[in-house]
Amino acid sequence: MSQRTLFDKVWDLHTVGTLPSGQTQLFIGLHLIHEVTSPQAFSMVRDRGLTIPFPDRTVATVDHIIPTDNQSRPFKDAMAEEMLQELEKNTAEYGIRFYNAGSGNQGIVHIIAPEQGLTQPGMTIVCGDSHTSTHGAFGAIAMGIGTSQVRDVLASQTLALAKLKVRKIEVNGQLAPGVYAKDVVLHIIRKLGIKGGVGYAYEFAGTTFEAMSMEERMTVCNMAIEGGARCGYVNPDQETYDYLKGRDFAPKGEDWEQAVAWWTSLASDDDAEYDDVVVFDAANIAPTVTWGITPSQGVGVDEQVPAPEDMPEDEQALAEDAYVYMSLKPGQPMEGTAIDVCFIGSCTNGRISDLREAAKIAEGKHVANNVKAFVVPGSERVKLQAEAEGLDKIFTAAGFEWREPGCSMCLAMNPDRLEGRQMSASSSNRNFKGRQGSSSGRTLLMSPAMVAAAAINGKVTDVRTLMT
Amino acid sequence: MLNEVKSIVGRGVPVVGNDIDTDRIIPARFLKCVTFDGLGQYAFADDRAALAGQHSFDLPQYQGSSVLVANNNFGCGSSREHAPQAISKWGIKAIIGESFAEIFFGNCIALGIPCVIVTHEISTQIQALITANPKLDICLNLVEMTVSCEDLVAPIVMNEGPRQMFVTGHWDATGQLVAQAKATRAKAESLPYVKWQLQAQ
Repeated sequence: MSQRTLFDKVWDLHTVGTLPSGQTQLFIGLHLIHEVTSPQAFSMVRDRGLTIPFPDRTVATVDHIIPTDNQSRPFKDAMAEEMLQELEKNTAEYGIRFYNAGSGNQGIVHIIAPEQGLTQPGMTIVCGDSHTSTHGAFGAIAMGIGTSQVRDVLASQTLALAKLKVRKIEVNGQLAPGVYAKDVVLHIIRKLGIKGGVGYAYEFAGTTFEAMSMEERMTVCNMAIEGGARCGYVNPDQETYDYLKGRDFAPKGEDWEQAVAWWTSLASDDDAEYDDVVVFDAANIAPTVTWGITPSQGVGVDEQVPAPEDMPEDEQALAEDAYVYMSLKPGQPMEGTAIDVCFIGSCTNGRISDLREAAKIAEGKHVANNVKAFVVPGSERVKLQAEAEGLDKIFTAAGFEWREPGCSMCLAMNPDRLEGRQMSASSSNRNFKGRQGSSSGRTLLMSPAMVAAAAINGKVTDVRTLMT
Repeated sequence: MLNEVKSIVGRGVPVVGNDIDTDRIIPARFLKCVTFDGLGQYAFADDRAALAGQHSFDLPQYQGSSVLVANNNFGCGSSREHAPQAISKWGIKAIIGESFAEIFFGNCIALGIPCVIVTHEISTQIQALITANPKLDICLNLVEMTVSCEDLVAPIVMNEGPRQMFVTGHWDATGQLVAQAKATRAKAESLPYVKWQLQAQ
């Protein structure tokens, strides 16, 4: 059993008690909700005659279903409109803070909470969305939950949970040019597998993560779940405090000093004990791209699609399935794979630093013929900032479409989707079959800069060849 | 609201393959809804369409089955409860697999659907047995922690906490959580950020 890690400390601080089943009743410090997984939860609260005792600890926004081209109401999609109206009604009835489109604060739920300072070290944070692990970047216990659990949090501000084990994933060293946080996490998932993290929280430690910005740490923690770990976190440090200072919900005045002291005390102790430790060398990480139908099926962009005999026996059947679905052959180089659609955005890579890196690659060049490329800022604030820096102009001059904030084609619950067997280069987090809206659509996951490079050349490209 | 789940007996339906994610169990376009009603018909929608009637959820011999027999890492990916809801509304009351994704497993508890773990050998054996004879009953016993099917009897694994929740009928935790309102309020007051954030607003 782990001891004296941040996970242990925050878990203990939030424990309300032990339930008859032996599970922990855990207090939830911040509950984020959106239009897809909350309507049924509110219905259950009503059906059971329950109340919502801590409405000020829940924050709502709309992201999954919102169109990114035309957000005028009512939405063309009547069901999307109904879902948003349901959220408007529920948040108004219970007095829950709701950042609607046009508020200046709307965006993907995992982007708006950190940018407003709602996400802080030492918290427990849940949301009916698996990428809630993002918030662990601040040194919080943050995890995705299902709708019945959304109901439980609304009704009690607590959850019944079993404690996770803690695996320390240490990455040390400097990342080479063209290698980004996205590549680090794709590399980790490639090595530890899509289910390697089941039963674990991942603590990302080592000099590579220490050198990362908060936005980069968020990209890494965001995809902890793609490796099976329900939550991932980085210990809070000066980088964390510098990011938080002055944000809307950050502590002010004397509270700030107290907060920094408290946050610092929560970091894993030097002599903390872990259930497992894995160490990687940053120098071995290349720009990484997926070739298959799970995020663990990835290779360096300069490598070939792996052959079945090069993988463990229990992964071979899925690989065979992936070759057929993706129309890729073992031994085929990934570089040069033709691309139809390029998507830059999502809770993984829709932040301002992601757009800046992509814009650096796109600037002065043009999207290849027959490639549809679009950029979806993660929030209204990200969009405003990008426009203030002229990034929108760089993208549109290069032939990218510049959109309104939302989840967009990450999961295609809105008009943005693949058609037929289109191949997409995507800065999102999942390459599952059918993920991007077409039941035969294909997805290659990569960093935003790599997506920009793919857009320019119309094929998978080693971004390092476009860097000056 | 006690509803003990000690044993489940029913015919099995095999869903073969590792890492079957929740996008495959219920594609995102079917998440456009404000209730879970009617999701059963969309379980595995794209896989079923691709197999043109040959998916086990479409084959006539498996209609009315209540025990899904899966392989490794079933339910990975999204937190969407729509996935177990769709499976449940199709008629599934329990799932046997080699391992389960964490959030999916938790969502199933909340619906009273036990997910039990067996070895790769046992899951493939049971899949073979029910493929050969779909009329066979599978019997899951959460008290003795065994699965039986025809002559096969094998141990099943589930962590003690969730197992207790099922056998004592406490798998729906809402009532227990709500009952601790006073302790929860005290816990909230003990956490410094609750005060900081309210002042910052």
